Parts: sequence; C-alpha cells; structure tokens
Amino acid sequence: MKISIERGALLKAVSQAQSVVERRNTIPILANVLIEAEGDKVQFRATDLDIEVVDKAPAQVERAGATTVSAVTLHEIVRKLPDGALVTLTDDGTVGRLTVEAGRSNFNLATLPREDFPVMASSEYAANFTAKAGVLRRLFDKSKFAISTEETRYYLNGVYMHVADSEEGRVLRCVATDGHRLARIDAELPAGAEEMPGVIVPRKTVGELRKLLDEDDMDIAVSVSETKVRFATPDIVLTSKVIDGTFPDYTRVIPQGNSKRLEVDAAEFAKAVDRVATVSSERSRAVKMSLDEDRLILSVNAPDSGAAEEELAVAYGDERLEIGFNAKYLLEIASQVDRENAVFMFNSSGDPTLMREGNDTSAVYVVMPMRV
Amino acid sequence: MPALCRSCLTRFESGSRCPACRSPRVVAHPELFSLGIAHMDCDAFYASVEKREDPSLVDKPLIIGGGRRGVVSTACYIARIRGVRSAMPMFQALKLCPDAVVLKPRMSLYVEVSRQIRAMMEEMTPSIEPLSLDEAFLDMRGTERLHGQPPAVMLARLVKRMRDELGVTGSIGLSHNKFLAKIASDLEKPHGFSVIGAAETQDFLRDKPVRMIWGVGQATQDSLDRAGIRSFADLRRWDRRDLHARFGSMGDRLWHLSRGEDHRRVSRDAPMKSISNETTFFEDTGDADILDGHLWRLSEKVAGRAKAKGLAGRVVVLKLKRADFSLISRRLALRDATQLADRIYRTTRSLFDQVEGRGPYRLIGVGITELCPEDQAERYGDLLDPQAAQRGKAERAADAIRARFGDEAIRKGRALR
Repeated sequence: MKISIERGALLKAVSQAQSVVERRNTIPILANVLIEAEGDKVQFRATDLDIEVVDKAPAQVERAGATTVSAVTLHEIVRKLPDGALVTLTDDGTVGRLTVEAGRSNFNLATLPREDFPVMASSEYAANFTAKAGVLRRLFDKSKFAISTEETRYYLNGVYMHVADSEEGRVLRCVATDGHRLARIDAELPAGAEEMPGVIVPRKTVGELRKLLDEDDMDIAVSVSETKVRFATPDIVLTSKVIDGTFPDYTRVIPQGNSKRLEVDAAEFAKAVDRVATVSSERSRAVKMSLDEDRLILSVNAPDSGAAEEELAVAYGDERLEIGFNAKYLLEIASQVDRENAVFMFNSSGDPTLMREGNDTSAVYVVMPMRV
Repeated sequence: MPALCRSCLTRFESGSRCPACRSPRVVAHPELFSLGIAHMDCDAFYASVEKREDPSLVDKPLIIGGGRRGVVSTACYIARIRGVRSAMPMFQALKLCPDAVVLKPRMSLYVEVSRQIRAMMEEMTPSIEPLSLDEAFLDMRGTERLHGQPPAVMLARLVKRMRDELGVTGSIGLSHNKFLAKIASDLEKPHGFSVIGAAETQDFLRDKPVRMIWGVGQATQDSLDRAGIRSFADLRRWDRRDLHARFGSMGDRLWHLSRGEDHRRVSRDAPMKSISNETTFFEDTGDADILDGHLWRLSEKVAGRAKAKGLAGRVVVLKLKRADFSLISRRLALRDATQLADRIYRTTRSLFDQVEGRGPYRLIGVGITELCPEDQAERYGDLLDPQAAQRGKAERAADAIRARFGDEAIRKGRALR
C-alpha cells in the first residue's frame, strides 16, 4: 500500500477513529485503525466491538492495499504535523511496518495484519430513513444530559429513540432519564421511519454521533434494527450495537395534572440559580424555590458554608409553594431553553415537576424535587 | 536508668529486681517517666473473660468463635502456642488443636467487662480512643500533676487493677505517638509493658517490616513489595514526593511514619467510616433464595445500626467470599444517601444479580460507606420507582412498631427465608 493524503483530511478521519478506540483494552488489534486504500479513496475503520466507524477520505493511491496501525499514535503524529502538509503512508506488506512521511519527518509504526481486524457483521435493518443533521442534533443534544451512568440500571445508559404518538401525531422521539430527571424530545417523523423498532442508543454512540451532525442541512441516512443502529453521511458511517434491555415505561413518569404554573426568563433564572448555589455544599447543591404572587425567591442555606438568597420577578399566580431542587439539575434543564421563557408546572414539593419551553410540548423535561 | 516495679509500683533507679518486693516484673527505660501516649491491649480478651467465668477452663486451650463453620474470634494463649490465630477458619483451628474447648462469643458479657475497664481509664485521662472492646489509646500527657504520678505508673496501676479486680490482663505500649504506642503494646504480649522512646525511634524502626504499620493490609503490602519496600529503612530512602506520587495520601503518611512521626491525636470520637455486617454460612451455598434472605437480614442489620447512630451511607457495598476463599466486592455509589433497609437491600440485590457465576459462597456481607448525617439522606424520590417513597414510609412505621413492642413484633416475610 502506498498513498498520499492531505494532512487536514487525514486528521479528520483519524481523529474520528481514535475516539472510538477504547483507551484501555486488552486486545491489541482493537487499539488499531484499519486503513484500506483503493481507487482514489482511502478508508479508515475503527471499532471497540460495540461501535464501528468508517471514514472515507480522498487520496492519491499509488498502490492499493490495507494494514492496521495504532489509532492513537497515528492521530498524535498527524496532529503534530504542520498544516497543509502532504502525508505519505507506505506499507510494503512484508516487514510489518507502516512508514509515515511528511516533509522531513519520517515515522515507522508497527502494524498488525488486516486479516485480524474485526469487522462488524452487516445486518438487515428494519427501517431506513433520512433525517437532517440539525433535527438529529436537537433530539440528542437536548436529551443526553439525562442519561444515567448507573451501571446496575444499564438500560438507562443511553437515549431511547423510538416512534411515539404525541398530541401532534406520530413523532420521532428521544427519551433519557436517570431516575432524577427525564428529557423527552420530539421531532417530525421522517418518511420511512414508521416501522422503526425502539432502540436504546448507548451514551458513547451518542457522543460519536454528535461529530457527524455539525452541518444543519446535511442529510443523515439512519438505519435501525432490533440490535443495531447506523448513521451515515456521504463520508462517514457510524454503526453501533444498541443496549440490550427494555427502556422503562416513561409515560407514567411525566406528570399530567400539575397545575401551578411558573414562567421565567430561562437565562436570568439559570444565572440566579448558579449564583446562589455558590454557597451550597458541594455534595447536595440544594436550592430552595419559594414562590408567591409573581415573585420567586431562590435560596440556599448550608449550615457549614453559608447562606444566599436572590429574588426574581416571574409570572406566577397560584398558591404559595416552597420546593427544593439540586442546583445542577435546574441549571441543566434551564440551559436547554433557547428561544422562549421556561415554563415550570408544579404539583407539590414532593412531586415531579415538569418544565418546557413556552407552550412547546416537543421538548419536555421532568425533574424530581429534593427535600431541603 | 529510671525503673518501675509493675507488681508494687515502686519507682527506683536501677536493677533487674524490685528493691522493695523483689519482683522481677520491672520496666526500665531512660524516658520511662516522660512519655505520655499509650496503647492498652487486653490479652486474649474474650478467652480471658470466659476463663474467669469458668475457672475449670484455666489450663485448657480455649477458642472463642462462631459455630461449626465460623472463624476464630479469639484464642487463648495455650491455643496460640499450638498455632491457632484469630480470623482462622474454625476447622483449621481444630485441626491444629483438636482438644480445644470452643465457646460461642457472649458479647454482652464482654461489653460489660469492657465498660468496667473503660471506667478505670476514665479516672486516668479524658483523652481515650477506644479501638474496640479490648483496646484503646490513652493520651496521658499533662496528667502528672493531677495524679501525683507520671503516666507510666498510672498505666502499670491500670493493668494491675484490671487483673486484681476484673481478672483480665492487658499489655501496655508507651511512646510519644499513637503509631509507636500501638507497635509497643504488641512487643511483649501477654501482660507486657514496652516503651519506645524518642531517642531510639529511628534505630528501633530501621529493620522492622513495613507491614507493622497499622492499616497496611495485603493490598498496600503488595504494592509496597512491588516498589521494593520491605523495611522502614527501604521506606526512608524514598523521596517524599515520589512516595506521594506512587501511593497518594498513604505515601505522605508512610513518609512520616518511616521517621517515627505520627501527628494524629488521641480522639474520643474517631468518625465512623462504614457500617457493615456479614455472615459466614454453616455450609457453602449458591441457593439464590437462601442468599436473598441473608441479603435482607444483613441489610436490616446495617440499616438498624445506621438509624441508631443517625447516619446514612452514600455507597452500598456487597461482599461475597467463594468456597475457595476468593473475595468478590461490589460497590455502587448512590446519588442520594440512604439508611433504609429497603434501598440497601435492593441495591445489594442488583449488585448480587450482576456478579458472574453462581457461587457457592461461604460468606456474604452488606455494608454502607461514605457516611453522612441522616438529614442529608433520602432527599430525592425516584421517578422510575414511585413506590419507593411508600416502602420507605412502611419501613419507618415498622421501625416505630418494633421500638414499642420489641424486635419480633413485625417482620418481613423475606426475613424468614
């Protein structure tokens, strides 16, 4: 194999590969990226056995071929090369070495045979559809903060992507929860997605997917089966296993009858929460919201460190209410609001509280209060 | 050299026998009357108490431990000569010493004697740090004016009173800090009195193995081994920063200890770090129902102790020992601390379900750690488990019933498994 490739294109492909590669793994080949050169393209493939990413880049292929080399090392080298450099990768297939040349720099990297590289089995997908990158980005960006890290409830370690019935009709919906908060985000159902089985997309896949979604109008081809999900742009294909488990019935978690309505400027609210939380104890981060006629008092009282209070003018017309929350959870859901005011719907100080943006029900958050 | 007779408490200047009573039980040391930090450790405490209760046992090897499959909790010195050690499995102990008398521990009796010893110590100093029923640190500095006697005399008097009035013996370690006092009490057991002075500290430690350090368990020992550190002399060759880099906060402590420095105070209420209970089975078992019953009962015990102390834990720990003695330990950090048996049980149960292989096990244990005051616990509900709040209330109600009508007044069916 012998190819020449522009440093920028190579860096992009290799950085995607090295982020998929598991840092600590016991199988040497899994630390490697598979490089395959043919025609006028070179293809980089990396996997951790759960996720596989394949990235194509244009290159000058002098001699077709394939080899594998440490993804992290190759990435480090390419990253340190000067911008605009032309990089030549050569592997004569006999000595088990890949030569990386750029200008006066010359590297020799140990390779492992391509035959040993595990390629994810292709599968039949039950649904194939196309969605705009901007739409997918919204679905996952607004839900991923609520993904649980608790390993005993592994079925919560991802975003549940499925087709659901909403007031607006059938929608493509993403839900994530860790038992303390929940995010439910809807988007218009793309043609072809109707038959999609519901899948739990793992946290790491959500992170990798995000890198494909920078350009709003790019079309992303999505394929879903019971066990796998695939997202593809013209250059990159991300395939991932989904979490083998049943996502809990979240619909009964979302409060329907909360009647006390608070409307507040989300940015002002977030800043005020952040300020008063400064004195709260590191662990609990408890903030109390005291609501009265058009007035919200945020307060923290931490016996060890101090107390803080801040008043906000808000729209609130129901009976007085005192309710506590973890400041971090409040900040996280308030930061999801980007266009209108945040609307909180309360029931009592012990019941789940609902938050949405204005009257838009396509993004709904639920947060559990805490005793303060 | 200042010397003290441990039999009649006479102070004198030199000689290997007491000039007053001719007793050979003499302790002499240049710093004897200036040192003030002591560690008192009873000798084979449970066994001594039992021998006191039943004098026919005095000349027999005696082992205190739980049941057929339990472990040795205490062995008397006759049994120790035959190689029996505490924490040894009972069958092994009986192999070494088949004629031993085995008694189940009678904790309430030992607690009573311990309380009497404690009362004697209270008369000597307010700074007492009990480590268990049968050992404690005493800070005797500054008490000489009060008692009209230096600490060494008061300590010798303490063990004399313990023997004369309670029928148990103890060993004293006297030094200038806790670390060395604890080492000293172990030098001359049983019924010993050892002194490590400031002047001799470095020489004393040099060739001693680092495993002497209290709190250096097998894991630390292994990593010290890997670093080539066996003796205190090895340890002293290390740079402070390197030790810190390699062993973290333990490294700093090791650096000080290797120089015989220990700045910890003798404090009455050393904060509790964890609460745990465990059971060793009569027969190894992999039966999920039986294990589940144990999980519940242990969770209840742990929760009961936590509630009694007003504490809650942020981390729940499950411990299992396989038939081949290999240990499995699983822990889960909760985002909301708990003291409820229900949550401890459910958490350990899910940890248990994720353990690979189905046993059989010889031991199961449940614990909570990263403790905090109970007002910082149970602060959130669980969106996905709305029943949890109700189960918590039910548990509190059951607690109230038991507090009023006794422990057996109300039980979960699960506890009968």
